[in-house]
This record gives sequence, structure tokens and C-alpha cells, in this order.
Amino acid sequence: MSSVHVSPLSTYLSIFAALMVLSAITVGAAFVNLGAFNPIVAMAIAGLKATLVILYFMHVKYSSRLTKLTVVLSLFFVAILFAETLMDYATRGWLNYTPMGQ
Amino acid sequence: METPVYPAQNYLSNGHGLKSWLLTKDHKRIAILYLISISAFFFLGGLFAVGIRLELTTPQGDLFQPDTYNKFFTLHGVIMVFFFLIPSVPAVLGNFLIPPMVGAKDLAFPRINLLSWYIYVVGGIFTLFAIVAGGVDTGWTFYTPYSAASSSTNVVPTALGVFISGFSSILTGLNFIVTIHRMRAPGLHWFKLPLFVWAHYATSLIQVLGTPVVAITIVMVFAERAFGFGIFDPQRGGDPVLFQHLFWFYSHPAVYIMILPALGVISEIVSTFSRKRIFGYSFVAFSSLAIAVFGFIVWAHHMFVSGITVYAAMVFSFLSFSVAIPSAVKVFNWSATLHRGSLSFEAPMLYVYGFFGLFLIGGLTGLFLATLGTDVHLHDTYFVVAHFHYIMVGGAIMGYLGGIHFWWPKMVGRMYSEFWSRISAILVFVGFNLTFFPQFVLGYMGMPRRYHMYPDEFQVLNVLSSGGAAVLGLGYILPVLYLLYSLKYGEVAGNNPWGASGLEWRTQSPPLTENFLEVPTDIPEAYEYTPKVIREAKLV
Repeated sequence: MSSVHVSPLSTYLSIFAALMVLSAITVGAAFVNLGAFNPIVAMAIAGLKATLVILYFMHVKYSSRLTKLTVVLSLFFVAILFAETLMDYATRGWLNYTPMGQ
Repeated sequence: METPVYPAQNYLSNGHGLKSWLLTKDHKRIAILYLISISAFFFLGGLFAVGIRLELTTPQGDLFQPDTYNKFFTLHGVIMVFFFLIPSVPAVLGNFLIPPMVGAKDLAFPRINLLSWYIYVVGGIFTLFAIVAGGVDTGWTFYTPYSAASSSTNVVPTALGVFISGFSSILTGLNFIVTIHRMRAPGLHWFKLPLFVWAHYATSLIQVLGTPVVAITIVMVFAERAFGFGIFDPQRGGDPVLFQHLFWFYSHPAVYIMILPALGVISEIVSTFSRKRIFGYSFVAFSSLAIAVFGFIVWAHHMFVSGITVYAAMVFSFLSFSVAIPSAVKVFNWSATLHRGSLSFEAPMLYVYGFFGLFLIGGLTGLFLATLGTDVHLHDTYFVVAHFHYIMVGGAIMGYLGGIHFWWPKMVGRMYSEFWSRISAILVFVGFNLTFFPQFVLGYMGMPRRYHMYPDEFQVLNVLSSGGAAVLGLGYILPVLYLLYSLKYGEVAGNNPWGASGLEWRTQSPPLTENFLEVPTDIPEAYEYTPKVIREAKLV
């Protein structure tokens, strides 16, 4: 390999600390009733944590453009999975449907 | 012309004994290991098909108990899909051919390549254990809630086998992507690559992106059974339809894992036996990528009657039609390649002619099923069974067999019987149509799939189908016999018996372990079938 980025230990420790803090916030947020926003907040924090892991622990921040493109494309396919599945779940209330026998 | 001589030094003679095979890092030997293992699974899966067709020759369920019949069609599906079709072309032909096609000595990660075979074998052993322990009856789709809550059969070992073998698929895909990006010979840019390589690149993307989703879905079923997680259980806030979304997100693209590499094989054979460059090369190349991408956005056409909303169903129906476009691009371009070509009728090409008819019928009947209204009538009938067999067997296996016949002289250095191979290609085509065409009619008439009994009026068509299966079975057994015979008694093939272009034909047959003595530098255009090239190729 032509060049390998070596991050200082302090970077890893800072990211680790950030992940721990975000985990604590996730637990804390679970005790606050935010209604429909509870899962959104939890997912947002999880997304932020995943981004930190991908950028720093997996060295994507220092990788080639092809690697970055690969990561973005993977997320694009995950987005397809979520968006099209939600296409079903989000429209389930649209029909005025009464189950048989009720 | 000189009589070709079988080369004393080649990858087959480089090391003897079982150890030299089990510890090999040579992509060609690993391809042979895969060839042997997937063939074994193919015939095991075939045995279950024999059981199914025997049972269905009579309307009464007089051969098996219903539970046994459920296990037969489940194991037929699991083995054929996960242990034969998915690895078939990529793991055997892709492994063998991608390095020489890109002018490389091996794949990017030879050890990982061997590891992928071992992982495949471990996955296979889990599934074999499930068979010996009494089988599994969920269908190859493992639908919840039955698989998670009700079935008392060996769901966990079977699912684990599929889960493990998935990693083999991911590693093979990863290896191909890196090899195609990083190991091309100098001057071999993307638009000089054979379409076989493009097809494998597209396939690898699906393997790497899709397989983890089905793997984690299977883990969820396991967690559901073992710990009662409730992800798919409505009583705990879960949803069984979610399983189908996750399962088909992989398993619909998985159909393209099976068919795309076969489409790559077809491109190679069509151009060789019509002595022409593929018409619209770049369109065919990009259509592979388009199929891979479109394949990911259409999955819920398997779920039109599963309880998804009509709004989602409408969008999925519309999107499903989009896959027809790149598929048609390929078929039209192959037809245009044949037009005014110098056609011949050797066995590989006979498989391709057969493929055209079967893939066309398979593809067009897919449109019936993508249409919301007709799908409600046809869903879970034999029409669906016939449709996917036309694609997965008529398309993928015809391509695989065509490829095996095309590159067999390269793989082993000897020719097989031209007469028997043509007979086999014809038997497969006739047997296949006789087996599966009546199933379209049965499905249209309303015969549901996965039942071991049926009304008397369906018997004639079912007997026709079972008779066709016998012919098809003969068509599949014949190649085993004459290919094995050719290993010892076949004529020496020479480096390029078909006069084909392509870097792999510049190697000796069978190739050296390193494929090339020197890195190829004078890279030709893809499918450069000028008279000069043909003349020189024949002289090699």
C-alpha cells in the first residue's frame, strides 16, 4: 500500500469519549417522553455515532475518493431499503380498511 | 496446421495429492473445487426434484406424507438457490476466467478466495446436517411467522447454513471487484474488458451490497426462535411482513446474482460463434449495471398479496417493469450480433440458442407477474413456479452449461464429444420446455404451488411435466459422463480451439499456474474478430 494514515492516539480517545457521551445521551433520551420524536432522536444519535466510527475508526476520512464513493453508495442502497419499505408502512393508514368480522 | 500437444507443465500437474488441492491458492484449482462441490449439490437438489415430480404424477398424495413433501420442495429450493445457482457461474467460471481475462496471474486475494470455498463447504455441511436430522419444511423463503414461531423442523441449522454460505458469496464478490479495479494488465481499460467481466462486476456489487441484509434477516429469525425477540410477531409490536421486505431486498437481486453472470457467458459465446464484435458493446456493458441497480428497487412485487398497501404495490409494479428495459437491451443486441454473422452450431452455441428462447419466455412472463391485477390471480400458482424456472434454470443453467462447454477445453486441455454434447443441449432444451411449459397452463388454471395433491383434471399436464423432468434429468447426466470421459480420452484441445478472441485464449490449455509467462501488453479491442485475428488465433 502506498501510504497509510496514522492517527494520533488522542484522536481515537476523543472519538471513544464522544461515542460514550452519545451513548449516555441515548439512554437519557429514552427516559424523556418526546412522543413521535423518541425514535427519531435515537436514530439520529445512532447515525452520528456510526458516522464517527466510519470516518475515524475505519479511516474513511483519510481514504481515497473511490473508498469514499463506495461508502456513499452503500448508504444509498441502505436508503433504498429504508425508503421503499417505508413506502409500505407509511401508507398503511391511508386506506379506510375494516378487517373482516368487525 | 500442427497437431496440438498437451502441455506437460500446467496448473493441474503443479502439485499432486489431496493436500495440494485443499491448500491451493490458485484461482483455477479453487474453481475446480467449486465445480465439484456445486455439482454434488446440484444432483442432491435434483434428487429432491425427482421426489416432487414423482409425487405429482398422480392427483392423490400417495407417495409422501404432506409434511415430507413440504420438506422435499424446501430442500430442493434451498440447495438449488443457495448452494448451486448463486455460486454456479461466478465461483466456477468467474474464478477460473476473470484473472486471465484481465491479464492477471491470480485474483487480488488468493487466500480469501480459498477461504470462501471453505466457508461455502461449512455452510453446506450445516444444511446437510439439517437434511440428515429430519429436514426443514418452511420453503426456501423461510417466511415468518411459520419459520419463527411454528415450524418444529430444522429451521436453525438450515438458516445457519445459508447464513454462513452468504459470507462465501460476499468474499467472492469482494475479490472480483478489487481484481477488476486493480489488477488489469497495462492498457486494458474498462471498455476493452470482455462483457463477462462487466457482468461479474455488476454481480459482485449485488453480492457485496445485498447478501449482508439476508444474513442479518436470518439472524433475526434465529433470535425470534431462540429468544422470542418479537421483531416479526404482531403480538409484541412486530410485523411478519417486515421479514418479507428484508428477505426480498436480497432475494430478488439474488436472481440477478444467478442470471447476470450467465448473461456475461452468453455475450462471449455469441460473439465467438458469430465471429462478430458484440453489437452495442457499451450498452450491453451498462445494461449489466442497470440490471444490478434496478434489481434492488423492485422487491415487493413478490408481496402484492402479502398485505402491503396498494399504494406501495403500485410503485413496485411500475418499477418492476423497468428491469425489462436493460434485459431487452441485451437480447436485442445479441440478436443484432447474430445478424449477418458467420454463425455455427457447436454445443456451446446450441445452449445459447436454447437460452434465447427460454430467457425470453421467462422474462416476458415476469411482466405478467409484475402487473398488479394478473398477479393476484397468478400469485403462488404454478405459473410463478414455471416463470422463475424459465429464468433460473432456462436462463442461468443454460448459460452455465454453455459456459462450461465453451471453456472446458481451456480448463482441462481436452475436447469432449461434439455429438453427445449436441444431443445433451437438445435434450435439455426439449426436456426443460416439456417440464415447465405445462406448469404455466396449470398455474393459469389455478393449481397452487407447494401442494402434494391436486384435482384430477390437472393430471395430464402434471404427467407431461414429470415426463419432461425425466428427459431434462438425462440431459443433465449426459455432460457428466462425456466431460469425465474427455479428461482421459478427449482430443487435445490446443490453446484456442474455437478461434476466439480474448486474453484467456492466449494462455496454453490447461493454463500454467501463473496463467501468463509475461504480463500481456498488446491488448486487443474486445471481440476483435477481424480475419487476421481469426487466422492467427487458429495458428496459435
